[in-house]
Amino acid sequence: MGFMATAESYVLAIGTKKGLWLARSTDRKEWSLSGPHFLMSEIPSIGIDTRGDNPRIMVGVRSEHWGPTVAHSDDLGATWTEPEQGAIKFPEGTDAALERIWQIYPDSASRPGVVWAGCEPISVWKSTDGGEHFELNRGLWDHPHRSEWGAGYGGAAAHSIVVNPSGENVHVAMSTGGVYRSLDGGASWEARNKGISAYFMPDPNPEFGQCVHKIAADAAVEGRLYAQNHHGVYRTDDNGENWVSIADGLPADFGFVMLTHPRREGTAWVVPIKADSERIPPDGHLAVHRTDDAGQSWKRLDVGLPDHEYNAVLRDAAAVDSAEPAGVYFGTRGGSVYASADEGESFIEVASHLPDVLCVRAAVVSTDVAAELAAAVATSGLPA
Amino acid sequence: MPDITVLLPSVLQPLAGGQSYLTTPADGAVTVESLLDAVTGDYPVLARRIRDETGSLRRYVNIYVNGEEVRRLKGLDTEVAAGQEVLIIQSVAGG
Repeated sequence: MGFMATAESYVLAIGTKKGLWLARSTDRKEWSLSGPHFLMSEIPSIGIDTRGDNPRIMVGVRSEHWGPTVAHSDDLGATWTEPEQGAIKFPEGTDAALERIWQIYPDSASRPGVVWAGCEPISVWKSTDGGEHFELNRGLWDHPHRSEWGAGYGGAAAHSIVVNPSGENVHVAMSTGGVYRSLDGGASWEARNKGISAYFMPDPNPEFGQCVHKIAADAAVEGRLYAQNHHGVYRTDDNGENWVSIADGLPADFGFVMLTHPRREGTAWVVPIKADSERIPPDGHLAVHRTDDAGQSWKRLDVGLPDHEYNAVLRDAAAVDSAEPAGVYFGTRGGSVYASADEGESFIEVASHLPDVLCVRAAVVSTDVAAELAAAVATSGLPA
Repeated sequence: MPDITVLLPSVLQPLAGGQSYLTTPADGAVTVESLLDAVTGDYPVLARRIRDETGSLRRYVNIYVNGEEVRRLKGLDTEVAAGQEVLIIQSVAGG
C-alpha cells in the first residue's frame, strides 16, 4: 500500500480522567482540538479501527456514579452509540460485574470485525462485530491462577492484548499476574514470565504474579515481544518462553509505557520513570527513549519536551500511528499531550492543562473520508 | 390504585426519553428491586446506570424511599407503598 496514494488526515484521541478530547491534523504539526466528549467520565481505553471504509472510534467510558460502558463513533466523534444491553457484560453465574475497560484492541486487517478488550476484574473479551458485543474469554476467566491474581494501585487489570498475524498466539499482560500466553487463539492459557522479576514478592522469580505494566509485539519478528515491568524492561525472542533484560542504557528501568513500531523490526519506545518510590521522570526531566536494535541500545529523545515535568506517563497514555515516518504520541498526568511526526526525534505540544491523561490513540484516515464525515454531520445539523 | 413515582436526576433523564419521573402501578407487594425492574424495563441503558449486571445498586447511586436511603433500610428489598415517591440521587463526591 502506498502512503502517498491519497491525502492523509490524522486523528488523535485523548482519554482523560474527566472526558475525551479529539485532535485532528493534516500534517501532524498543526492540531485542532475538540471536546470534551463524555465530560466527567473517565476514558481509560480507546481503540481506533481503521479496517473498514469508515474509521470507528471505540472508547471505554467509566463514570464513578453510573459505571462503565463501551461507546463507539463512526463519524469521528460527532455522534456516539452505546449498545442498549451494554457491549461488555459478565454472564450470569460469574457473579462478577464489569468495573473498568482497560484495553480495546482491534485485531488485524485479516480478521475484520474482531476486537479484543481487557477489563477489570481481570478478564479478556472478544468481539466479532466491530466492538458492539463482546464475549468473555472463558479459558482465562476459569484459569486456576485467577484467585491469586492481585490488584495494582490502579486496579486489577488485563491491560495488554497482543495477537500474532495467524491469530493462534495471544499474549495478555495483567497487573498483577504477569504475562499469559495462548497458543490456540485464546482457548487455553499458561503463565509465561521466566526472567521477569517480581522483586516485591517473597520469591522474586515466581511462575506468575509479576506486575508487568505493558507489553508490545515487534512489528517484523514473529515471537519477539517487549515488556515494561514494574522495574525492569525485557524482551523475549521465543514467544514468551524466556525474557531477558534490555534495561541497560536507560536512565531508569521503571515506567508504564511500551510501544513498538508499526512496521520496522527492533524499534520500540519507553518513557522511563525514576522509581517505584519516586514516580517522576528521572530528575524531573521528561524524555522518551527509543531503541532501533531490539533493546541493545537506547536513544534519549526530548526535543520539544518541557525543561521540567513531574508528572508520570501512564501505560496507555502513549501510542504510535501507522504513518511513515511513524508518529509517536503521549500524555501526562498533568494533562499535557505531545506529538512527534518523526518517530520521537522532536515533539510538539498538542494540548495542555487537560485532566490526567489515561489513554491516547492515533490513526491515519483518508482526508476524503474525514471531509465526507464532516459534511454529513453538517448536513444533519449535529454538532461537529 | 395510586402509582409509585420514581424521580430521576437530570443527568439520567435523557436515558428515559427526557422524562423527569417514571411511574408504575402499586400492584401487590412492591420492593425497590421490583420497582426498578418495572420502570426501567423499557430503558435498558438507564437500568445499567443504576444497577450493575449482578443486579446490585451501583456504589455511588443512592435511592431514597420516604426520605430514607435504602441502604439503611433493607436495600433493594425495601418495600415501597402506594403513593410514595422514590428518589434516585447520585452521591456528592469527587474532585
